[in-house]
Amino acid sequence: MAIEQQAATQAVPVARRRRLRGETAAEALVRLSGISVIIFVVLVFVFLAREGIPAFFEVEAGNLLGTRWYPTVGRYGLLPLITGSLLVTAGAVLISVPLGLAAAIYMHELAPAWLREILKPLIEILAGIPSVVLGFLGMIAVAPLLREHLNMPTGLSAFAGSVMLAYMALPTIISVSDDAIDAVPRSYRDASLALGANHWQTVCHAVVPAARSGIMVAVMLGIGRAIGETMAVLMVTGNAARMPDGLSALFQPVRTMTATIAAEMGEVANGSVHYHVLFAIGIVLFLITFLVNLLASVLMLRRGTRRDQLLE
Amino acid sequence: MSREMKQKLAFALLTAAAVVVVVPVLLVAGYIIWRGAGAISLEFLLSAPRHGLREGGIFPAAIGTVILTLGTAIVALPLGVGAAIYLSEYARDDLLTRLIRMAIINLAGIPSVVYGLFGLGLFVLFLRCGTSILAGSLTLGLLTLPVVISTAEEAIRAVPQSFRVVSVSLGGTKWQTIRHLVLPNALPGIITGVILGLERAAGETAPILFTVAAVYLPRLPRSIFDQTMALPYHLFVISTQVPGMPMTLQFGTALVLLAFVLSLNAAATIIRSHFRRRRSW
Repeated sequence: MAIEQQAATQAVPVARRRRLRGETAAEALVRLSGISVIIFVVLVFVFLAREGIPAFFEVEAGNLLGTRWYPTVGRYGLLPLITGSLLVTAGAVLISVPLGLAAAIYMHELAPAWLREILKPLIEILAGIPSVVLGFLGMIAVAPLLREHLNMPTGLSAFAGSVMLAYMALPTIISVSDDAIDAVPRSYRDASLALGANHWQTVCHAVVPAARSGIMVAVMLGIGRAIGETMAVLMVTGNAARMPDGLSALFQPVRTMTATIAAEMGEVANGSVHYHVLFAIGIVLFLITFLVNLLASVLMLRRGTRRDQLLE
Repeated sequence: MSREMKQKLAFALLTAAAVVVVVPVLLVAGYIIWRGAGAISLEFLLSAPRHGLREGGIFPAAIGTVILTLGTAIVALPLGVGAAIYLSEYARDDLLTRLIRMAIINLAGIPSVVYGLFGLGLFVLFLRCGTSILAGSLTLGLLTLPVVISTAEEAIRAVPQSFRVVSVSLGGTKWQTIRHLVLPNALPGIITGVILGLERAAGETAPILFTVAAVYLPRLPRSIFDQTMALPYHLFVISTQVPGMPMTLQFGTALVLLAFVLSLNAAATIIRSHFRRRRSW
């Protein structure tokens, strides 16, 4: 095989041979950049593991699964941080999913073309606002509002975090649901209208159900976005690491996994137990977002196949 | 309730939802401009902070953000466009391609603070870059990569297949076709994608917390191995860590950061619409 190739290259003129070599080099380079993406994901995991796994040997399981996070006295209970993240994310999803879906339906079905041209850039702007700017506004404007109107001791609470996160997840939820609604075949709509349904009945009983797997993708991506958000959450949730007790916990200060890493990593000694535990939290975050995104991509794939079947 | 009434009610609710989504965006932008405009002056933009950050300007932080944004582009542009070319022009529908696509989705979903941890573990400590512009740019570059790849791939795929067929039938090789025909035609789309990626990187705080950002540096960085201040981190510091901080400086910093990020967004939009109008296919 190698000899054959050599014979072939000897047969072609020098200029052509040089061009062929350039051709192979270019292909090798772009292939390498493609493969590098896989390498990076592996590297992220390897380096999180390298710095985080020691935590599971240094701190006993009972301590890690405990309900007290006091690193200064060696209590590394992750439960308040995990439940804090879940609480804030759940609140964000409850606000942003109905709101985002409704806004997407409005933009797709009701808004005249000129209004859509105004709404779309506004939503892009929302997506572009840095989370630290939203966090800053949350601190000085939203939290005081909540304190006054909801009669809370401090506005800095899980709920304030949920509101900020909801708005940060909205652009993703709106644009992905918009695509999903757009992908519903026209025939579904026509069939519903021909059966005498009005516009709303068509949207509600034909279009949205047909788009539901795409809408699920939107929800998953929104959850992924919300659970990993750091700065805004760090600035508005009040950062008290305590176990949420029931629904009222939504209106008390909490602390999320992301905020804990951001707030404490700067102050720990490299290689200390506390440092390893913060990386271990990073592993937990990585795994959660990995699962959420995996679910989203599986749903996306399924949607693809179903649409193919329709075309056949 | 008649079905017409139901429709009216439902549509009113949908409209209300759109208003609830959009009005806060206008309020946020308006409020920051209103409260921050007073702080903007040449002195604010061109001098370093003084007196424990409570006076002076944001010059080192603004320059730091520009440097980090450029560094991010240098990392993400070649890798991202290379990967996009591979996926759109070379990749077969095989296991490797599926793995790459999964990796991109996964990379896009990694929380920004986890990128920060990764940058600390790999670039700062393992590769001994230290907390430096180099480590920060590499971290931000990786974070930007998924956006660059997916938008660049979309732009490359949008170049009509007939262009490629003509080039190859005239004797062009595959790489010549890509280099002289596909890439130039996809360029506006690629640039748009890169700028949108940079928009995200410029506003990020969590990935630079442990890889590059300094609370206070009176002078500008001299090399890529220096630390630097950056606008997002500066805003975080002066709004949470400095007691008795004047509000105008906080709003002024927020305004400059927002203006920088949104002007990147506007640039991307203008390029996109300009070339879409000029495009002959």
